[in-house]
This record gives sequence, C-alpha cells and structure tokens, in this order.
Amino acid sequence: MTSMATGAHAGATAGAGEKGGTAAAAVPELERDIVIVGGGSAGLAAAIAAHDAGVASVLVLEREPQLGGILNQCIHNGFGLHTFKEELTGPEYAARYVAKARERNIEHMLRTTVLDVSPGRVVTAVNAERGIFRVRAGAVVLAMGCRERPRGALNICGTRPAGVYTAGTAQRLVNIDGLLPGREVVILGSGDIGLIMARRLTLEGAHVACVAELMPYSGGLKRNIVQCLDDFGIPLKLSHTVVNVEGERRVEAVTIARVDDHLRPIPGTEVRYPCDTLLLSVGLLPENELSRQAGVRINPVTRGAFVNDQLMTSVPGVFACGNVLHVHDLVDYVSEESAHAGACAARYMQGAAGLAAGEKDLPGAATELAIEATGGVRYTVPSFVSPGRMDDSLRLRFRVGAVYQNRYVSVYVGDRRVTHRRKPVMAPGEMQEVTLRRADLADARPGDVVRVLLEDE
Amino acid sequence: MDGTIVYDALVIGAGVSGCSIARELSRLDGRFLVLEAEDDVCAGTSKANSAIVHAGFDAKTGTLMARLNVEGNALFPQLARELGFAFDRIGSLVVCTDEKDMPALEALLERGRANGVPELRIVGREELVRMEPNIADGAVAALWAPTAGICDPFALTAALAESAATNGVSFRFDARVTAVEPVTLEGGAPGWKVTAGGDAFFSRVVINAAGVYADQIHNMVSADTLTIVPRRGEYELLDTTAGGHVRHTVFMLPTKMGKGVLVTPTVHGNLLVGPTADDIDDKRGTQTTPAGLEAVRRKSALTVRDIPFRETITSFSGLRAHQPGHEFIIGPVAGAPGFLDCAGIESPGLTASPAIGRMVAAQANDILGLPRNQSFEPRRRPIPDLKRIGQGEWERLIESDPAYGTIVCRCCRVSEAQIRDACRRVPGARSLDGVKHRTGACMGRCQAGFCTPRIMEILAEEVDGLSMEDVTKCGPGSRMVVGHDKQAEGGERHD
Amino acid sequence: MSQEEKSVTLTCIRCPKGCQVTVTLAGGEVAAVTGNGCPRGDAYARKEVTDPTRVVTTVVPVRGSDVARMVSVKTAGDVPKAKVLDVVRALSDVSMAAPVHIGDVVLADVCGTGVDVIATKDV
Repeated sequence: MTSMATGAHAGATAGAGEKGGTAAAAVPELERDIVIVGGGSAGLAAAIAAHDAGVASVLVLEREPQLGGILNQCIHNGFGLHTFKEELTGPEYAARYVAKARERNIEHMLRTTVLDVSPGRVVTAVNAERGIFRVRAGAVVLAMGCRERPRGALNICGTRPAGVYTAGTAQRLVNIDGLLPGREVVILGSGDIGLIMARRLTLEGAHVACVAELMPYSGGLKRNIVQCLDDFGIPLKLSHTVVNVEGERRVEAVTIARVDDHLRPIPGTEVRYPCDTLLLSVGLLPENELSRQAGVRINPVTRGAFVNDQLMTSVPGVFACGNVLHVHDLVDYVSEESAHAGACAARYMQGAAGLAAGEKDLPGAATELAIEATGGVRYTVPSFVSPGRMDDSLRLRFRVGAVYQNRYVSVYVGDRRVTHRRKPVMAPGEMQEVTLRRADLADARPGDVVRVLLEDE
Repeated sequence: MDGTIVYDALVIGAGVSGCSIARELSRLDGRFLVLEAEDDVCAGTSKANSAIVHAGFDAKTGTLMARLNVEGNALFPQLARELGFAFDRIGSLVVCTDEKDMPALEALLERGRANGVPELRIVGREELVRMEPNIADGAVAALWAPTAGICDPFALTAALAESAATNGVSFRFDARVTAVEPVTLEGGAPGWKVTAGGDAFFSRVVINAAGVYADQIHNMVSADTLTIVPRRGEYELLDTTAGGHVRHTVFMLPTKMGKGVLVTPTVHGNLLVGPTADDIDDKRGTQTTPAGLEAVRRKSALTVRDIPFRETITSFSGLRAHQPGHEFIIGPVAGAPGFLDCAGIESPGLTASPAIGRMVAAQANDILGLPRNQSFEPRRRPIPDLKRIGQGEWERLIESDPAYGTIVCRCCRVSEAQIRDACRRVPGARSLDGVKHRTGACMGRCQAGFCTPRIMEILAEEVDGLSMEDVTKCGPGSRMVVGHDKQAEGGERHD
Repeated sequence: MSQEEKSVTLTCIRCPKGCQVTVTLAGGEVAAVTGNGCPRGDAYARKEVTDPTRVVTTVVPVRGSDVARMVSVKTAGDVPKAKVLDVVRALSDVSMAAPVHIGDVVLADVCGTGVDVIATKDV
C-alpha cells in the first residue's frame, strides 16, 4: 500500500503499530457471486442485469442511507428519455430501478463503506451493524460514481471564506436539506450541475449574477444553457475565470477576468462581482481510490479504468461501469453501460463462454485488439476488444477535445476504414458514440489496432 | 459573574503558545482563564504553518529561539504519548544545490551542534538520492537531522487545551480583548482588568500570547512599544496520492538567490509545499496570490523534482507573527508588573511550544507562588484516528459505539462517532472547521463536497442551541447557508 | 417588411447541433422560420416563440418523516414559461405530511394552469 495515510511512518500516536494486523489473516465472513460497490444508477442497473442473467446472489454495498445515489438530489426532469421514453426527474428515475431491485429481492446494505477491494476479489467493508467485514466475491462490479473537482484543484487565489461550494454540495443543501446557500451567486464552470443549479437557486430566491467558463465553449448540454440560463437571463461568460475571492468570513466578492488563448487571465479585464456565494462546476472526477488499491490500471485521460468490451478491468473478475469508469452526461447511458457490465460479470462468474479467469481475458491480452483514440478523439471506452468474444456489435463511447463542425467520425481496423460517418457538430461536453460490428473485425489480425478518429472528409 | 472572580493568571490567545502555557499553569493549584478572539482554539498563526517539529539548527546559537527549539523538540515524544496527537519523527534534510554553498551547509551543521541538536550529519549526493529518490538533479549534499518531525498543529493545540480544561482551566471564545488596564484588586494587591467582548475579567497575572496581535496587547500596557509584522506564507497541499513523493522534510539551504520552500509529507499522508514569505500590513491577510503560488511551484523544483502539482487539493496561506528582531520575546514587561509577554512566536514557535509553556508558567509562578495541583492528570484520551489505528482496535471501537462504523468523511475515513466526540470535547467543535481540525474530516480530495451537509446536521444535533441553518464555517460571520429555500427576503426577483 | 413584422432568434435544443433559428412574426403569427437544419427545429421554434412552456421542479418540506426534510415535486405537465416563478412562489407555504408517494398531488391546478404539482419521491 503506497498511501501514507495508513501510517507508513511509525508515529507516537497511541495505537499506531498494530495497523492492518487482523485484515490479512481474517477469513471472509460472507460469500457472494457478485458484489457491487455502489447503489446508484450504475450499481442498480448492474445488479438487476446480473440477477436477470441467472446469478443467485448479488450484493449491493451503498454508503448512503438510501439507494439511488446522486439521482436523489437531481430533482430536475430530463432523465429517462432513452430508457423509459418519457421525461422523469432524478428521484423518479432512481425509484424505477430501486423498484426493479426490490422485485428481484436483490440484497443490499446501506450506510456501508467499502474500505478495500483486493486483487483476489475480497471486499472489505464497514457499517454500524456488522463492524468491519469481508465478502468473497465471484466477481466485483465497481460502480462508485464520481466526485466534483474542488476549488483547490484550480488554485483560485484569494481568501478561503464560507460560501464557496461545489455545485453538487449546493444542490444537496437546496434539494435535500431545504437550505439556501446564498443570495447573490457567481458560478464558475458551465458543467451541467452548475447550469442546473443556476436555475434552482434562481427559483428558490437567489440571484445568479453570471456563469463564467474558462473554455471558449460550454461544458454542459445545450438544452441546459437554454433552459437554465437563457430562460432567466443569466449571462454565460465564455473564456472567463475567477481570479480572486474576497471576504474573511463569508464570501464578499469575486473577481472575474477574461482569459487568453492559453487560458491565462488578461490583465485589465477584471470585473468585480459583490456576492456571498461562489459555486464551482469545474469538472467531475471518477472516484477510483478503491480501484487503485485493487491494482486496476487507470486511464489518465478518463481517470477511470482501462476496460475491454466486457467492461472488465485489468484485474480479472473486476468490472467497472458508470461514472467511475468515465463521466457521462446522461443517466440513460449509465444504465445501459452498467447493465452490460452486470451481464458480463454474471457470465464471468458463471464461467460461460470461455470466460473463466485467465490471462487471455485481461484487457490488453494477446487475443484483444487495442482501441486507440487519435485525431481529436480524447479517449474511447472500452479500450480493448476481443473479436472472438465480443457481441454482434459494440458501442464505443468517446469524447472529442474541442468543438468540431462537419467532421467525420472514422473507425479503422488496421489500415481498413470500417466506419465513416459525418457529424454536424461535436463538442467536448457531449459524449459521442460509434458502433463497431463484429463483422468489422472479421479480417483483423492479432496486433491490429482499432483507431477512432475525426477526419475532415 | 466573571467580574467577581479574580483569576490567578489570564492568558490572551488560544493558539499553541497560549494553550501550552494554560496546560502548564494547570499543573498549579490556581484559577486560570484563556480568552480567545475567535470561536475556537488554533484559529490564527498556529493553524496554517508547515507543521514541522524542527531539529533546532536554524536559530542563532545562544538565542532563546535556539534554546527553546531544541528543548521543545525533545519534549514532543512524551507530549504526543500523553496527549495522543499525531507526531512522526521523520527527520529533515537541508539540501545544498550548489557545490559553492557547501561551506554554508557545514556552518549550519556546526551551528546545530553548538545549539545541542543531536545526531546531525552531512550526507553526500549518493546517500541523499537513496534517502530521497525524487531529490532534484542539482542537489549535491544535505544536512540530515533525524530528530526533526512532523505533527498536526491543530490536534496538538486542541489536545493542550483539552488537557488544560480537564485540569481546571476555563476558556472563553469570541472574546477579543479590547483593553488591558492595571487595577488594585480586593485586599490591595496589584492586578489587571481585561476587557473582552464587552465583559471585564480580573487577574493577578496576564499573559500576552496573542500571535500577530501581540503587539496591540503589549502596547496597551507599555510605552516601550512592540511591533509584530504579519509575514504571509503561501502553501499548496497535495492529495495523499502524492504523499510519498518525499519521505522526509526537505528544506533548501538558503543561497544568494534567496530562501527556498520546503517539501514535506504531513501526518495525514498529504504532501505540503511552501511557504513563501511576504511581510504585509494586514493582520487578516490570509489570501493566496498568483505570484505566491507560482513561487511555491518554482522554488520547490530546486530541491525536489516532478512534484505532481496536478494532485493539489487546496492552497492556503498563514501568517507568522514576525518580530523585526527575529527573537522570541518572553517574559515580564518593564513597568507592567504581573504582565508577561509571549510574543514574536514565529517559526520554530510550534516546535518550541512545549518549552515555551513551561518557561512562561514558571515565570508566572515566580509572581504567583502557587502550590502544585495534586490532581493534575497529564493524559488525555485522543479522538481515534481510524487511518492510523489497527483494524482490531477499530472493531473494538465499533463494538463500544456502532457510530464508529458509519463513515461520514469518505476521503479521510472519519466516522460519525469521531465527529460527535469532537463536538463533546471541552473545548469542543462548534463549527465545521472545529470538526475538521479535530477529526481530519473534510481535508481530503473532495474538500468537504460530500460530507459538509452531514457534518452540519451532526453539529446541529450536538451543539446546544445550534440549528442547521446557523452552522458556521469558523464562527460568527461565516454561516454556511443564508436560510431556507424560497426565503429570500426583499422579494426582488431577477427574471 | 411591414411595421408589424419582427424577428426572434433562438437556439434550437432538439439536438446537439444547436441551430440558430430565426422566427419572423407578423401580427403575432409565425410568418417564417429560417436557419433550422431540420423539421424538428421548425416545430421547436414555432412553439417556443408562440407558446413557450416548461416543466417546473422544486422541493417542499415534509412533516413527520425520520429520513427526509424535503420532498421533491414537479408540475405534472408543461406550464406556460411566464408562470414558472409564480408556480414556485405558490409552493412557498406548502408542505406535505409523510408518508408521501410518487404522484401524490401536492397542489392542484397550480396558478390556474390546470396542471397539478405532484410528488416525485417516496418519503
């Protein structure tokens, strides 16, 4: 273990020294076919799919007091257009999946924090009822979701008063606790939660002075810009950032400046906004601390696991899906992806179709082709595909690095172009997809690379 | 009423010096009070610093700074055992980055030896690289001081305060001192009247441990004025994923090009880089600046390579209570009998604090002549740190209180039980920062994004008369929320 | 162009392309839609200009629950865009008693729109 937090330095603290003493030797108290870490939209969809694939014992471990994850605080509508063909709110969408899990009697534990996932698939967790306990799992599905990038990651200068929140924290305060974080608000970052919160705070009686976005384009969905900002006359200031925070106890003002092509603030463009609140919506980061402990290889671009077409990570029998794999825009795609992960985990632990644990199944094994993101494509999920094992078609999800108009999304297998599709507009804030067919890989030779890229023509 | 009580000693300031003095005073059988301007202990200089327990080679031989540094360092292991705060003796390296500066490094070694620092020696590049694989390519040698360490300054200060309170010392918060006047106490003895927060307090002895405000307090009683210059230092704190980047505290040997910054692991497993040093006028000027953070990154590269600044989770700045003579000013003030200064306590003040406490308490008792407190209890039960205790001990804690099994802060592994414990201490947490500093919650990679509302809820349950919407970050004026949904007064809508 | 004609430009949100669609109005009637890339854009623009509507979501306090302080609610259908803030204001004195079920009516015919406000969470 590399983390120093576990007491790598023997200290004078009372009790230090016997750390971890009982963990390694202990025999797991429980055994389950599949353990799912996280009971949000990803974990629930994976659990349901695994159950429906015939897995007898599925256990969902959830740290919050209820299932549904972050959907519980996303009270706005717009969820479920793909999955249910209607516009639901977050809690309604979550309730449908919770109901499905209930119908199937899928076992779950709430207020339960997973402490460790071992490479041998022993999951260590803690809660008030059982204390610290271990579960041996036939397969593990990682579905921990993501967290928000905090202020510190941006090095915003100035004071450190009350009144600086990530948009998600503000969302939780307003929607779950019924508390208004501030009256005069500036929002940095045009991620979807920031846009949604601009509207929420306005409806609840606050005034949102503006949304500043560092990049020359928004990080959120267009419909959110129209319905959350334009509807309320809230200006979106592209290519702007916060350069100073004032106020000793509580935010008193923030200063916003225009940035140049290198994203550096331009002196002389500063505008000071007196306000009591600064909300940050500056990016989401997959929560992969447990994955790293398990030895899962992490893609530095997505900050999620490298996975193959089965959504299996570099650790045999450990799968990943949802926002812990890569940050999604739409929960519908989280559910779809996670159902696939649940089904694959089921197949894995059932040992079907040659899927028993073995080197040949690992992402990057000789039988798999690497999928490479180039030419404007920042990443793809998955990163590897096995021509012999894949389903008839595989959806490759990806994001682009800038705003592109009238480009072609191309897929090459080796030197052969198998897909060439024109897209009128692509933006980094909107996840893209392209389908890879099993037939496309019919002539692939071992060592061939599948490349996904944008082309002018 | 406080006005009728005459304290034996009244300490102004609940920083690490004031709390250490208070604890040492509590070994005596007397009446003691600590007045603090903020709503908690450790709210100023003591809070935001490098958290280093210095070996003691820096200060000029023969100064109070040098003596109390070495004495204080030697007291840390026992203090950490008694009070149960995190202290790791990881050792420090002063890195020389230019062959031409080797005489200066040797001079530092000699000064350290003259100061009485044990086990000092110079290590060559080869050994240095073995000790610190990420040392910069330009490093040629280093002064190795194995007695240097790191600690949690807040935990130390809170522990000192709790120990003092357990042994009978009273604390008063949100009590900014506005006047100190000599008075004649009942019976004709000389004493002091201290006005704070509108209340008057009477004491035989007054101790000025007011940090960056020590000059203002001193100048209330003496025409021989004192000046304390707030010297701002900016830092970046990196995630625990970067905590192993160095294994020891790495300083840079000052060169003609100036003073470097230090790079060190923290007791919480993070990596800390800083500080800059800017003398400013504003005693509240704890903002960070673009130039300061740029300097932190540039200077740290001189001693340590490839610091993963992309893992930064927060930046902050702290003020050192710099006194232009650069020496601790501890002792009686001429013309003000019964008034003791404890001023100019800048680095190595944290290290020296255990020795400062002893010294000032002894000076106070030279005046007071109090007998020993026979029932003094040196030990204090720490708030358990689930990251540092073993699983067996954690399991026993859960058996005693299941709330140890409910994790509230996922990044730093802090349970509901620890947070409630922090609120129930005396003096206890009354704000989010109070919980954060006592338990280590909110200090991780999400920077309180997830746990803030839950901690607000627990504070409202634990602190008398506190509702969730009145919870503050750090005392009056820092409320976390402004009210309930749909309650914006004025009715003004912007649509 | 007659004096009664005016034009409105808006961003179509029917797909990620985000066409800038210009609607020309004559005497309150849509005379022309230009800039749209497809028929869906035409339909969106006509509705948005003549009869813009929204679904409103917010929360109201819930009494008698150990687990929740608030319950999330929404308008069961579209309400006129101009009434969005009125709908929220109309809910400022409304609270619910637990248990609450998804679909329970929180406030009927809110602001005379003919649309009910309903709960979106089981509490």
